[in-house]
Amino acid sequence: MTEHFAQPPHWEWYIALYFYLAGIAGGSYVLATILRWRGGAGDERLARVGFLAAFPLVVVCGILLTIDLGQPMRFWHMLIDTTPGSAGINFKYWSPISLGSWALLLFSLFSFVSFLFAWKQNRDGIDARPQSGGIKVWNILGSLTGLFLASYTGVVLSVSNQPVWSDSWVIGALFVASGLSAAAAAMAWLGRSRAGASGEARLGVADGYFALLELVALVVFFVTLSMAGTLSTTLRGVYWVLWILVVLSLIPPLMNLAGGRARMSGGAAAVERSSVLVPIIVLVGVLLMRIAVIFSAQY
Amino acid sequence: MAEPVGFFTDSSICIGCKACEVACKEWNQLPGNAPSWGDGFDNTKQLDGENWRHVKFIDQVPDAPALEGNGAAWLMMSDVCKHCQNAACMEVCPTDAIIRTEFDTVYIQPSVCNGCRDCISACPYGVIGMSAQNGDAQIGVAKKCTLCYDRLQANMTPACAKVCPTQSIQFGTLSDLHAKADARLAALQAQGQNTAQLYGRDASVYGGLNSFFLLMDKPERYGFPNAQNAVLPRRNNVKSYVAAFLAAAIGVFAGVKALGAPADGETSAGEK
Repeated sequence: MTEHFAQPPHWEWYIALYFYLAGIAGGSYVLATILRWRGGAGDERLARVGFLAAFPLVVVCGILLTIDLGQPMRFWHMLIDTTPGSAGINFKYWSPISLGSWALLLFSLFSFVSFLFAWKQNRDGIDARPQSGGIKVWNILGSLTGLFLASYTGVVLSVSNQPVWSDSWVIGALFVASGLSAAAAAMAWLGRSRAGASGEARLGVADGYFALLELVALVVFFVTLSMAGTLSTTLRGVYWVLWILVVLSLIPPLMNLAGGRARMSGGAAAVERSSVLVPIIVLVGVLLMRIAVIFSAQY
Repeated sequence: MAEPVGFFTDSSICIGCKACEVACKEWNQLPGNAPSWGDGFDNTKQLDGENWRHVKFIDQVPDAPALEGNGAAWLMMSDVCKHCQNAACMEVCPTDAIIRTEFDTVYIQPSVCNGCRDCISACPYGVIGMSAQNGDAQIGVAKKCTLCYDRLQANMTPACAKVCPTQSIQFGTLSDLHAKADARLAALQAQGQNTAQLYGRDASVYGGLNSFFLLMDKPERYGFPNAQNAVLPRRNNVKSYVAAFLAAAIGVFAGVKALGAPADGETSAGEK
């Protein structure tokens, strides 16, 4: 039984939303990269939906993170040490917040350039995917940064002395899995006019895989909390209802996994156009999961 | 660097007068607390950004009438930042606002801190809080006991130790304080006070505490983690990153499998 005497840091809605949108931004970039470079020739339009979504989302992330600070105008202190006599770069590889600040900056750069490129291609009416190796390398590096952005937020929570958060080492994994899931849902919803039958079905299958991964991480999360004796903390009050809703929200994408695979082999005619609801359920479920993790440990 | 200094707080002679709280607030110009009347004498409740000393009243009054010599009904102790050798707050602080001073104490630079509050989530003693004083130029930054850094620079004793009427709070060099604490513990144990123990005197808790205590019961009774639970946030660093990396790798693999080019005969994206 782990004993905790730490005070809560009062990370609330801004942080919950930041963690949520960072997962979607990073995940969208990753899925867009996969669609562009491993998808079919017609997937470029859907890939651009991811690139066009990632940058605006990460801008919102930066705003949320900044206004949550007690001294917002000192946001740059995350990167630059202003200690008198020892000014310089702040880079503490053992501090997830320090690493995450750099990741946020880098991902903003990667996603901004990709956003501009996608926007220009759309404006010029170019449907073909780019052929440049440089763009491929850029997208891969951006994806690696995006994956880090989606996951480090969970690591920040684990690397603390808070009950629940520090009792599990799987929150980063949980956040990256759910971030990818929410990104697939967001792209399916945003790109429903561009995805085409196959693209929509394949995003549904991808979301099913990510939901399965999230479910596994969720089970490990609860097991680790149970071993630490803090499972009751995260399930107390209204939070057990949230957790039930989170688990229920995994069911539609998991059902899509089996159904979507069948539809993929059945061709366009088999795609159900009424599946707008599933992405919304997934997006809400992932948000509720972030809220349950963040708030249940503090209040 | 000057010789390391700290506090030795002997809870066996604390009388709960709260002079330390008042002196701390006066010297550091911290705002007073609004009146709070609860069940007990502890109306400060906790350490935070505006309470850097907190006299804990731990009620152990038995339901049955106390017998003669049964004087352990109350545990009182003036709590404060521990100025840990391995400080969790320093470890996670992304801005390097938290530094170790020339006196070997842990100090938050108010002009550097940007109020991210990661130190609050890391401090295992619940010491740090946010400044919320209206009109305070330092509003929105993390605050805690400075061990009267300004007084140390002027070769003065910290305010709380200066006013403590029973010398429950003693200030000095760590070597002197360790010797005093060892002698006091030996005297108590000679009197049969077998539950008396030193907390943070040695390196078993966060590498040793510059502000260490003589406790009359187990540490958990005072809200301190025992040696087994005195762990640093970084214990989860590698495990968390490895788990996240595995999840990311599986996710990318699944994404490539699901979103890869459709096989021949399947509908291409973009077709309606």
